[in-house]
Amino acid sequence: MSSQDIPEENLPAERAADEHAHAHGDVSVAANEKDPFADPGLPPHEHRIQDIDERAAKRSERTVALLFTLSMLATVGFIASFVTIPADRIVYIFPLGHISGLNFALGMTLGLALFCIGAGAVHWARTLMSDEEMADERHAIAAEPEVKAKVLADFKQGAKESALGRRKLIRNTMFGALTLFPLSGIVLLRDLGPLPEDKLRHTLWSKGKLLVNMNTDEPLRPSDVAVGSLTFAKPEGLEEHDHDFQTEIAKAALMIVRLQPENIKDKQELEWSHEGIVAYSKICTHVGCPISLYEQQTHHVLCPCHQSTFDLSDGARVIFGPAGHALPQLRIGVNDEGYLEAHGDFEEPVGPAFWERG
Amino acid sequence: MSTTTTPNPSGAGAPGRSREKAPAGERVADWADGRLGIYSLAKANMRKIFPDHWSFMLGEICLYSFLIIILTGVYLTLFFHPSMNEIEYHGSYVPLQGQLMSEAFASTVDISFDVRGGLLIRQIHHWAAIVFLAGMFVHMMRVFFTGAFRKPREVNWLFGFLLFVLGMFTGFTGYSLPDDLLSGTGVRFTQGAILSMPIVGTYISMFLFGGEFPGGDFVARFYSIHILLLPGIMLGLVVGHLILVFYHKHTQFAGPGKTNKNVVGMPLLPVYMAKAGGFFFLVFGFIAMLAAVASINPIWVLGPYRPDQVSTGAQPDWYMGFAEGLIRAMPGWEINIWGHTLVLGVLIPLVIFGVFLALIALYPFIESWVTGDKREHHILDRPRNAPTRTAFGVAWVTAYMIMLIGGGNDIVATHFHLSINTVTWFVRIGFFLGPVLAFIATKRICLGLQRRDRDKVLHGRESGIIKRLPHGEFVEVHEPLSQEAMHTLTAHEQYQPAEIGPTVDENGVERKVKGPQKLRAKLSTAYFGEDGQIPKPTAEEYKEITSGHGHH
Repeated sequence: MSSQDIPEENLPAERAADEHAHAHGDVSVAANEKDPFADPGLPPHEHRIQDIDERAAKRSERTVALLFTLSMLATVGFIASFVTIPADRIVYIFPLGHISGLNFALGMTLGLALFCIGAGAVHWARTLMSDEEMADERHAIAAEPEVKAKVLADFKQGAKESALGRRKLIRNTMFGALTLFPLSGIVLLRDLGPLPEDKLRHTLWSKGKLLVNMNTDEPLRPSDVAVGSLTFAKPEGLEEHDHDFQTEIAKAALMIVRLQPENIKDKQELEWSHEGIVAYSKICTHVGCPISLYEQQTHHVLCPCHQSTFDLSDGARVIFGPAGHALPQLRIGVNDEGYLEAHGDFEEPVGPAFWERG
Repeated sequence: MSTTTTPNPSGAGAPGRSREKAPAGERVADWADGRLGIYSLAKANMRKIFPDHWSFMLGEICLYSFLIIILTGVYLTLFFHPSMNEIEYHGSYVPLQGQLMSEAFASTVDISFDVRGGLLIRQIHHWAAIVFLAGMFVHMMRVFFTGAFRKPREVNWLFGFLLFVLGMFTGFTGYSLPDDLLSGTGVRFTQGAILSMPIVGTYISMFLFGGEFPGGDFVARFYSIHILLLPGIMLGLVVGHLILVFYHKHTQFAGPGKTNKNVVGMPLLPVYMAKAGGFFFLVFGFIAMLAAVASINPIWVLGPYRPDQVSTGAQPDWYMGFAEGLIRAMPGWEINIWGHTLVLGVLIPLVIFGVFLALIALYPFIESWVTGDKREHHILDRPRNAPTRTAFGVAWVTAYMIMLIGGGNDIVATHFHLSINTVTWFVRIGFFLGPVLAFIATKRICLGLQRRDRDKVLHGRESGIIKRLPHGEFVEVHEPLSQEAMHTLTAHEQYQPAEIGPTVDENGVERKVKGPQKLRAKLSTAYFGEDGQIPKPTAEEYKEITSGHGHH
């Protein structure tokens, strides 16, 4: 859709007052009578006190010089602070409280040194440099028709001499080559990372892996999980010093709570629990933040990032917030020695949803 | 070649001085001119006129904070280790002793505690980034509300828009580098958002992180994006932006002596050299003092990143708050069909984010299509004189601000003792209702201000003097405006709404009116019809009132 069809007369007219544009303040009565809104031209320049009174100008000069001098002193202060103030000195400064003395001193002196240069320059410009307004003409940006004609003719000539339009074989193979070669660049990006495959579907959990308390590093017994408390667990064998600890814990992190079995509303949840102890993925199904807020009375957990709220007594279904599906539950039981163990991996991918999740 | 005996090769000295050696500065300039042509360059630019208005300095704030970011950023690269290798911390910050952390985090703690002045530079860098983005936001609003984006400046609008968008991503990659608990959570959020993209999501995630999240690569990769790729592009855009500002010459507000064909103000040398140059130091000084007194991103308090840990009140930097708000307010819709998942709860916010930005980027082209105006515009609009545009802009800002509230819904809830659910529902409804209300209110305010301007021109200014007439009537004396003021208040142009024209031509044959044309006529009526603007006073109206019964 072009707007060529809009006739020029539909557009508002330019004001016919340009001829007054440069007249300095001569409000002619004639013009006023013809068009009361005509442009009277630039108003006459009004002198500042510094323009008339040399003493005022001197005062301005001294102010500017004072500011520049302050800046010099502040820089000296910066260097002195750098050399003399220990990096770990904490000082009390009202109302900021206890803060790093070095950071405060360096920042204030540097800031002052810079600010005074700026203030001096601006004061100089405002009070001592000419403040008489001047006008520059604007020129149309689009080229004159002759220029345009010349350029188009030149281009035609150049295109003709290249014979690109005539020798189609050259043109087509060149376009082919230019289109293909960026492929190499794209191919090179292939090794940025592995293919997704089923990596997002598996975690370290498997049948028989003990639930290890994240804080104490000890395997959990049912008696360790008190009603009303939220316990975080990791799979046995995963140590903080492991090379891939961060990546593995990002999927395997577990939260464990104990409910009264009669309070568990979801049938499968009850089956997968042990004496009311349920284990859920700690990774929010929204965008993957670790869930960490537990409301004991209601058995709700809340993700502090985007406030998705899950009901742990009802299959961890979403009851508020932007998460799209329930938290995956880990099926648990106790082994012969009385420790909590996993009965397998999560049956669905943990964390945020993705296209292949299904 | 030269046979002249003058030692001055340029021979450009003033008469009577021609046989003397030119001053050293002039000789250097001559040398440079012979190779770079600096005299021609200076002729056009040295005394270039810039108009004065407080709002024109907003762009300067952006430019200067950008320079400050580059300066301090180079310093930080001297000490920062962009590596995710896990090490045990044994530096001078006692509470973290012996903790496992990435080298990136450890080196950031070292910069903060062991490098003298390192904390200051880090804080200046971060504060300057916040000022930079806030500055760009406000600068963009200034350009928008005054119509400075109109021809010939649409391309520069796009340059500025790109700078804003790239600035957001540069900021995001930058604050993710220390690999602290807060920023790591933000990266996790980004990864979750990437996963929500249909078909390609998991692949992009694997390729970006070199495998599963978090892996061991993203800090190094973000580092090269943050210090090289994005700032490189942005530097080019900034230079292009400035060249275009010089080339187009600055816009100005209407006023006596100021027309669409000139630019009135003061010259670059010396006034703006001093003012703008001085302003750089003012901005730098201000940010340095801010960094001295206000802590920003104290990563040692947050601790190193662990994917299974998080702190409450997790917030991104303010410029990501809009996206964060969208993500928080969106209901968790998920569609599962044919073994695939469409994660609408995350995808829709991402799309809205893009559409919202695109809307403001494309606005100049939409408006010029509606007006059909192909002329250059160098006189700025007062926002009131373009009510529909202003209302649209305020609606946009309203939606943006409501989503900023949404991005901090937990903070709002805890600070004002509100339910998080209430805040979220307010944001959900407000996002749709707020812009509509803002649009209506803004348009009405603009029209009211236009009426007031009209009254002022036609009837003069209310002087506050009450006069009692001989027969007892009280009147308020109105003072006529000066011609300068009258000109300024009536200098704006007013468009007539575009009409489709008769649907039947002179021979009675029905003319087809295409959909876009109808839409355009509708938009044009909304912009410039009776409800879109108050006709500005004409000279005839003025004369009738002033010549006739004088006052009322």
